[in-house]
Amino acid sequence: MRVELLFFAGLREALGTAGETVELPHAMTAGELREWLCARGGVWAETLAGDRSLQVAVARRMADARTLIAEGDEVAFFPPVTGG
Amino acid sequence: MTVRVQQQDFDVGAEIAALRADRPAVGAIASFIGTVRDLNDGSDVAALTLEHYPGMTELALEDLCAQARQRWDLVDLTVIHRYGPLAPGDQIVLVAVASAHRGEAFAACEFAVDLLKTRAPFWKKERTSQGERWVQARAGDDTAAARWTLPE
Repeated sequence: MRVELLFFAGLREALGTAGETVELPHAMTAGELREWLCARGGVWAETLAGDRSLQVAVARRMADARTLIAEGDEVAFFPPVTGG
Repeated sequence: MTVRVQQQDFDVGAEIAALRADRPAVGAIASFIGTVRDLNDGSDVAALTLEHYPGMTELALEDLCAQARQRWDLVDLTVIHRYGPLAPGDQIVLVAVASAHRGEAFAACEFAVDLLKTRAPFWKKERTSQGERWVQARAGDDTAAARWTLPE
């Protein structure tokens, strides 16, 4: 299942990438995708660890760990927002 | 409903005039303007850069406007949020709400600001004399947003 990943702000800087296209082995939630990325180890494990405060958007809507991801969805991970 | 995400500055007077124009039903307008402070966490802020998520920012702001309209009887709302490089004293965001009476205008304005602080995808990066750093989200913002949650 193809998914477009995006990373913003401090998370993008820590990971060294603004995003990538990934092929997921099966359907999963945003929380499971985060764990799947952690499994890459190194900076991915450090930055996306469960205790790190991050927000996630799926298909350009604010989501949470339980949100199911669909084929072709844009999934963005980012630090808690600081607009306004 | 006016939602704009833009780099350039906005004219508060002009936006409020537009919100009221040809609307005799409007008896109240409440507004909020967020500006760049020149001091944060003890350091002088020399410059601020606002990053955003193109494509999602507009949707997020439109969504919170739609929520405000569902909850309160409003005539209209305007939300304008800037992104890009900003200097201390610059305007960042305008939220303006027009309604028949002041109760709805005040409440909807505060609701919109509290929600955009926790759900609109913008991130501030400060440049101070000590270097660059990302502004940290404040726990108070989550508390403020949470108090608007409707009981199940």
